[in-house]
Amino acid sequence: MSNVSRLARRSRPLFTLYLPVMPFVLFALFPLYFMLVTSFKKNAELYDVNAVPFLIGRGVTFGHYELLSKDTLFWSWFVNSLMVSLAATVISVVLGVLAAYPLARLKFPGGDSFGVAIFITYLVPPTLLFLPLSTVVARLGLSDSLWALVVTYPTFLVPFCTWLLMGYFRTVPKEIEECAMLDGCNRLQTMLRILLPVAVPGVICAALFAFTLSWNEFLYALVFVSPAELKTMTVGVFSELIRGDIYYWGGLMAGACIGSLPIVIAYVFFLDYYVSGLTAGAVK
Amino acid sequence: MQLKTLNGDVAKIAARGEGHARALSDVLVRDTSVAYAFIAPAFFLLLFLVAYPFVLSVWFSLSDARIGETGDFVGLDNFRRLLTSAIFLQTLQNSIVFTAVALGAKTVFGMTLALLLFRIGRFKRLIRGAVLLPFIVPTALSTLVWWWMFEPLYSVVNWTLKSLHLVNRDIPWLPDPYLAMFTVILVNTWRGLPFFAITLLAGLVAIPKELYEAAESDGAGPIGRFCHVTVPLLKPVLAVVILFSTIFTLADFNIVYVLTKGGPMNMTHLFATYSFVLGLQGGQIGQGAAVSLFLFPILLLVVFVQLRMVRRATTYE
Repeated sequence: MSNVSRLARRSRPLFTLYLPVMPFVLFALFPLYFMLVTSFKKNAELYDVNAVPFLIGRGVTFGHYELLSKDTLFWSWFVNSLMVSLAATVISVVLGVLAAYPLARLKFPGGDSFGVAIFITYLVPPTLLFLPLSTVVARLGLSDSLWALVVTYPTFLVPFCTWLLMGYFRTVPKEIEECAMLDGCNRLQTMLRILLPVAVPGVICAALFAFTLSWNEFLYALVFVSPAELKTMTVGVFSELIRGDIYYWGGLMAGACIGSLPIVIAYVFFLDYYVSGLTAGAVK
Repeated sequence: MQLKTLNGDVAKIAARGEGHARALSDVLVRDTSVAYAFIAPAFFLLLFLVAYPFVLSVWFSLSDARIGETGDFVGLDNFRRLLTSAIFLQTLQNSIVFTAVALGAKTVFGMTLALLLFRIGRFKRLIRGAVLLPFIVPTALSTLVWWWMFEPLYSVVNWTLKSLHLVNRDIPWLPDPYLAMFTVILVNTWRGLPFFAITLLAGLVAIPKELYEAAESDGAGPIGRFCHVTVPLLKPVLAVVILFSTIFTLADFNIVYVLTKGGPMNMTHLFATYSFVLGLQGGQIGQGAAVSLFLFPILLLVVFVQLRMVRRATTYE
């Protein structure tokens, strides 16, 4: 085989694969890149219609991040988001594990119906119920408190965690539990000591998704909590950095960057968990 | 069905010996109470915070409830009024256009991307990680950058188009009703594409290689293999992805609310944003609830089809 044809064969994927995939990668990443670039650009350059927008041409500034820290309640929003997401995640994973276990392992009257009910609530979009939920939240005396979110986020997280964990538990062979039960362990002990250690990847996956979905949630946080100091990250950046007709674009982008950072970090470390969680619903 | 299997189990055990049977049926009986105890917390949470609000929502939609007032029963008045309201009919039309176009784009480009990702060997993780990113980042925040990219005066999109001499004046992306619809669809596609691509990719990986080899030895070309192997075997996954995405595209709130707030002239309102405007900002909870309930029949349809497919899949196994 001649060198030329070998070279042609080697470079074929470059044209048929890597080149066609580039527009998709650019499309996915450009907005995020632009978010980062904008957040470090000085206002003079930001609002100069002749400046090249893709690069930072006149020096980097941390001014927008300073504005966020000094003039807004940004770090309160950050802490609020963190606390709400952690609490909602812990509640949802615990309830999810408890509900998924009998659905995956035990036969009991009503089990099938409950499985279907979980599946239906898994598909209910939060936008369907925010109006009546705001009434329920008000009646519980939770309006304008972070508890409103800690209590309502599990409504979409528990079905998700249960569904995901149910699938995971089914892949673990029954036999290892049966041995433990013959040794006199009860169901709870078997689940905690035998099944859960084996199912750790499933639990991590459920927890990661629950945290991500809570951190990213926007509608409930917008509707149920209005005092500025109690807002979450997503709502705070959106509603407090736009004052009338004045947009603090640098600050908005800085807020969006830091607001996305915890999720992006988790994502970089746990990419495979995200991929498997994403496909769990659609592929058996 | 369950009783039958339960009896079956007990019968099997009984065959092994009387004493054994008693011990194990004790376990089975105890198991039922264990099952209920484990399920109870999730059950009550969903009962009080999903089922009850849903009933409340139906009641609201049949009443003239306003914020702070319970309201009286008015029958189907809210629905009648909505179906004669120009804004609602516009919302209905927007929802259909938005969902149909965004779903179409996500299906076609998601499939293309999945096929590319499937064959990529080098930098696999890096490229997969990159294209999945828009799905993970908070939508409310990433939509802000899209807003900035289409901002009337400093739009990077317009800057690029003008620099390439493709246009010679600024394009009014968000103030123009049709372009605004295009923009919200674009952002929804940007965010939803990774879900399609990654899920379809998982479906592609699951197709046995032998089938492709068999098709190839039967003389099928790349297109023939795609039409006769890939598509039929990917159909269940494709159906689930499309059905799933139908609900969440139709129920979108974040993108439209951040980018256009339903404007200009209500031309980008979807059920969720219009229900927000009517029910919360306008205080007419009854009307707002009626708007969001239009999502329900579609939800039911999707649930019905998906459950049937899950059942069919399990009978094949």
